[in-house]
Parts: sequence; structure tokens; C-alpha cells
Amino acid sequence: MIGQLLMDLTPLTPAHVLVLFVVLGGILSGVGLYQPLVDIAGAGATVPLLGFGHALVAGTIEDINSFGFLGIFSGALKATATGIMAAVVFGFFMSVLFNPKGKGG
Amino acid sequence: MNKKQGMQSVVFTNPPIITSTANIVGPMEGKGLLQGYFDYIMPDNLNGLASWEQCESYLMEYAIKKAIEKESSTMEEVDCVFAGDLLNQLMSTHFAMKNLKRPFLGLYGACSTMVEGMLLSAILLDGGFFNKIVAAASSHHDAAERQYRFPNEMGVQRPPGAQWTVTGSGAVVVSTSGSGPRITTGTIGKIVDYGIKDPNAMGPAMAPAAVDTIWQHLQDIGRTPAYYDMIFTGDLGSVGRDLVIQLLQEKGVDISNNYQDCGCMVYRENQDAHAGASGCASSAIVLCGYIYKRLLQDKLKKILFLGTGSLHSTTSYQQKESIPCIAHAVSIEMP
Amino acid sequence: MPNEMNKKQQEIKEKMQQQKYQSKVDNVTPTPPLLKNICWAFVVGGLICTLGQLFTDYFLGLDLPKKEASACATAVLVFLGAFFTGIGVYDDLGKRAGAGSIVPITGFANSIVAPAMEFKREGYVFGVGAKMFVIAGPVLVYGMVTAFIIGLIYWIRQ
Repeated sequence: MIGQLLMDLTPLTPAHVLVLFVVLGGILSGVGLYQPLVDIAGAGATVPLLGFGHALVAGTIEDINSFGFLGIFSGALKATATGIMAAVVFGFFMSVLFNPKGKGG
Repeated sequence: MNKKQGMQSVVFTNPPIITSTANIVGPMEGKGLLQGYFDYIMPDNLNGLASWEQCESYLMEYAIKKAIEKESSTMEEVDCVFAGDLLNQLMSTHFAMKNLKRPFLGLYGACSTMVEGMLLSAILLDGGFFNKIVAAASSHHDAAERQYRFPNEMGVQRPPGAQWTVTGSGAVVVSTSGSGPRITTGTIGKIVDYGIKDPNAMGPAMAPAAVDTIWQHLQDIGRTPAYYDMIFTGDLGSVGRDLVIQLLQEKGVDISNNYQDCGCMVYRENQDAHAGASGCASSAIVLCGYIYKRLLQDKLKKILFLGTGSLHSTTSYQQKESIPCIAHAVSIEMP
Repeated sequence: MPNEMNKKQQEIKEKMQQQKYQSKVDNVTPTPPLLKNICWAFVVGGLICTLGQLFTDYFLGLDLPKKEASACATAVLVFLGAFFTGIGVYDDLGKRAGAGSIVPITGFANSIVAPAMEFKREGYVFGVGAKMFVIAGPVLVYGMVTAFIIGLIYWIRQ
């Protein structure tokens, strides 16, 4: 995958790669290339973080269509609310429940 | 009388004696190449304590106490302790020292801390200030990893040139009297920076510093590499080791026959440590176990021991600064 | 003036020395096993996506509209990513799969749970609460900024 190439060949850290993928997904979606991919690949396109970027942008555009200018601010999070909410809440509970194992055991 | 010789070196008139050493390691090191050379191998990286940082304090405290116990002297006889670790503000060292209640000077030389401590100990002992000094250093893989890189549970891949921070600690007792190998000369390094910026490439970053100090040592003292049975560097790993040999060859010095890096002596190939070990404890545990025993058995008589430190911080590399590095050397000889 | 010239020359000399050393370093540094890494990343990434598709299909079968089904599947994957991080398995997976397990949404969950769990010892507010977003935070920030800019362009062109 492209992400692996990026990490092995450039000094980018995983954090950089994640940011890059979200932005890239957003832009692809903005120029209308990502929705066809979602239609073909289904979860193959929505599960990677590219899909997260796509969801942010698609949500924004949808809300602009129905609410006008306000949509720029309301759409992105509305579309991704489930994912973010789940990540934060599960993240919190997991970290309360478990302790880090560390390495070298 | 001036004991300085050449540009950066000192020659001791009454060489201080390393009367005792002790070390302690985590489970991964315990399964490594030097299995039989550790005083204590912890069952896991926490050893029943609440945090990795506390565990590292315990490591250092254990190593120092054990080293004193081994030569059957008491804590009260120790005039001063030189110690350091990798964490911000020497966290683990300071908490370990709190319990020991001895006069203490904290050192930060990253992975060169062990040799830095030994060098200063020898200078103070030969100078007639003290009779017994302990030098110690520690590092903890998980504590260091989360400070310098990523959280441990994060699914990141380490590049093959990366090294594995050793969990462990080593302490040496240096005295004016007693029996054991002697610290005969020392060379204080200067900061060398060849512009390496990748914090995963510590071996390559530190190699030029090691070369600089080895070269200067040989010049100052007027020796050839053949004088030593072995030359050891602290934690350059396999990549850094090859670079040292190559760079010295370019200067017309051949050390390929009697040179090894402690970082290549800790882990087995299949332990997934990539290019080898690193961290303060890399040089400390190898010196305080394997090398010291070899010296006592007369298998090694004269060695040059270098600590190599990469002095970057998380702030410095995020601000895209290169990694400043340093190497200090002491020569240790059997009488 | 000659002093300044000297300084410049020295700087250039230093630069050249650094570049020469860098190429020497590149020669001896082992390169990542590219093909193997890519295969692993592809297989693992693919499997995670397939899993996502299975969940989506399952939720679709429950008569949920397409969008909601996809969101539910995402939530399940996030839960799984968080859970496997919690029991300490995800980092072992990441070691092999590299980007294959970082890029999917499960990797996003991993990047939230891992620091949160590790900084628990620094307390629940500044430890868990604040550190949770050290890696995920930038992702959200740049994702939202991108969405905002594209939304703005879209609105102006409308």
C-alpha cells in the first residue's frame, strides 16, 4: 500500500502519514474522485483514513446543499460523529480498563 | 604536577581501582547473549512497581547497593555518587538517590553517562579528594520509548537501523585501594555533529564522535590500537560499528581486529532488536558484567572503553535540529 | 571581509563533509524489506477493510440505510481497534503490518488508546484526557481544516 511506501522510503512518522491520508482523502473527495471509489470498493474505501477525510468533506458539502453557508461548519462533524464519538469513548474506557503491557516481556 | 596529556586526555599517577561492579536487567536482556553475566534479571519490566519510571529508580538503587555489598563495604564508606539516566531531569536517578542518602552529583551524558561518571570518579580519586566513589547509569526501554518516540502500545514499525533501549542498570565502585583493574587514562570527548537528524539512526549519529575520541586518545597518549586487547564502544549498534571501523580506516587506523560495540553484545539476532542495543545501560551492563569478569579472569588485560551519547531531546528533533553527539573514553588495565 | 569569507568557506566545507557522511551512512544502513512490508501491509489492510465490509453488510441486512450501516461498521471497527490495543495485541500486529494496520480506522483508535493508557499514571485529566489526542489530534485538526476549505470553495462556486 501507498502508506507503507511512504513510511519506508521517507522519514515521515506514522502520525504524519495519518494526517496526510486524511487531507488527501478530503481533497480527492472534493474533486469528486472518492465517491465512485466508495461505490465500487465499499468498506475498502471507507475504512482507511482516506475514507475519514472523504466523510468529513462529503458531509460538509451535503450540509451546504441543505443549509447554505452554515453547512461549512456543521457538516463535517455531523457525518463523522459516530466514528469520533466511538473512538473517544472506547478509547477512554479501554485506557481505564487496561494497563500498558510494555515490551520485552 | 600536571596530569593532563595532549589535547583532551589525562593520565593518572595513582590509577584508581575498580573494586566492584554490579548490574541488573529486564527479562529481554536476560534472554540475550550475556545471559550468565547479570546479578539479577527482573521477571518483567515493572517488577511489581507502579510505573516504569519507578522501576528504573529501583534498577539503579539495586545496582549501586549490590556493587557495595559485593565488596563488603557499607554505604557510609561511599564518599560520592555520580549517576544519570535518560529521562527528563534525571527523574529515575534522583528518586534512587533519595533512598541512598549519599553525596551525589547528577550527570547527563545520555548513553555516555557511565564513562563520564567513571572518568570524573577517577579524576577525583587520583586528585586525592575522595577514597571511594560509585558511578552508575540506568535506562528503561518503555520509559525511554514513551519519552523519546511513540507510546509502547502503538502499532508502529521500527526501521531496521533502529536500536533497542536496554532496560537495566550498572554500577561500578572505584576506590583508591583494593584489588581489581585500574583506570589508567581518560579522554574527554567534545561534541561532534555530522548533521544526522533521524532519531532512529543513533548509531550513525554517534559513530563520528566515537571516532574523534578514539583518534584523539591515541594521539594524546601516544598509543596504537594494538596496545589494547579490546576497544569497546557503548551503544553504536551494528550500523554504527561498521561506520567506526570505516571512518578510522580512512584516518589510517585499523581497529577491525580488536574492536566491538556493547550494543551488539546484548541481544540475540532473533530478539527483534534490529541494529542492537542502546541506552545508558547498554554500556553499563556489559561493562559491569561480562567485561569486568573477563578482566578479573585475566582474559582481557588492557581495554579502551568508550561511552557514546547522543544528546538530542524530543524538542530538539521536532525543531529539526541535528543530533549532537559525544564520546568519552577510559582505558582500563589489569595490574 | 576575509574573515567572513573564511566563515562561508568553512560552512560549505562542513556541509560537504555532512553530505559525504550521510551517503556513507546510507550505504551501511540496512533498508526495510520493502516487498515483504508491502505484502504484509496489503494483506492486513485488506483484511481489516473486508471485516468492515462484512459488518456493513450485516447492518445493511438489518434494514439500516447505507450511510448508517457504514457508520455502525466504523464504530464496531473502532471498538475492535481500541480493544486489541487494550489487551496489548495491536502493537504486535503493527510491527508486522506497518501501514496496513495504521491507515485503517482501527489504527486511528489505536493511536488514541495507546497514549491514553500509557499516560494514565499522570492522572485522568492531564494524563488520559490530554494525551489521548497527541497523535489523533492533528488528524482531526487537518481533516476538519481540509473539509472547511473544500466546503468554502464549494459554497463560493455554487
